[in-house]
Amino acid sequence: METNGLSGGSGGSAPLVGSVALGALGDPTRRAIFECLAWEPMAVGQLAELFPVSRPAVSQHLKVLKDAGLVTDAAVGTKRVYRVNSGGLQSIHAYLDQMWGQALAGFQRAAEQMSREQEKS
Amino acid sequence: MNQTTIAPVTYEVTVPISAQQAFTLFTEGFNTWWIGHHIGEADLAEAVIEAKAGGRWYERDVDGSECDWGKVLAYEPPTRLVLTWQLNGEFKYDPDLEHASEVEVLFTEENGQTRVNFEHRHIERLGATAGELARQVVMPGGWPGILEKFAGAAKAAA
Repeated sequence: METNGLSGGSGGSAPLVGSVALGALGDPTRRAIFECLAWEPMAVGQLAELFPVSRPAVSQHLKVLKDAGLVTDAAVGTKRVYRVNSGGLQSIHAYLDQMWGQALAGFQRAAEQMSREQEKS
Repeated sequence: MNQTTIAPVTYEVTVPISAQQAFTLFTEGFNTWWIGHHIGEADLAEAVIEAKAGGRWYERDVDGSECDWGKVLAYEPPTRLVLTWQLNGEFKYDPDLEHASEVEVLFTEENGQTRVNFEHRHIERLGATAGELARQVVMPGGWPGILEKFAGAAKAAA
């Protein structure tokens, strides 16, 4: 039986649900780091102190966020400070992309449920 | 206003029901599948797409308050729905239609299934900045609230 998946999302050729940015925000720790940076730019060490994950794990999350265009970094003294990408619009796009991806997956589930109930009756 | 273009958000979903059923589920049944994102202070009671061009797209919260999200531009069952999304970077409704982004949903029936093509476009018209949106996206309580939830989840997992 063919499974009908959710395809699309913006931002390139990724066949997975949503775009690269959606994937980046899908991990709960990564999303929390992103939201934290929205309040205050921070260095890796500061983030590692705040989150219950190792410093290398924080660095990896930041790399994914940076590759997705959601955060940028700059050297401040000897530290690398991360902040939400203030180009602006990328974050809005990522947020809406994630929101609609989740919403449409919910729509698909509801439709499949409807179909199953029809088959029974 | 910053005129940089933001790429549209597009998705394609295939559902095992007719176009009429899919259109009705999407619109009249909106509240049955919507995932719960909302802008009001109180919890979401109901999210509604009014069944007519010129209709409202809004939420009603458990305290009875209502917040508009946008308007219905085209209501053409079973094939086409067009809405405006007028929530700006601060997640506030902006009544100025020149700042409105657009959501178009097309329903194409093929062999008893329906292909749904979704596009949210003209997002740049919302004129928001990342900083404001990002701040508004955080959960209630903001950053301290996030850390509290984290600590709770970490403790529960330990």
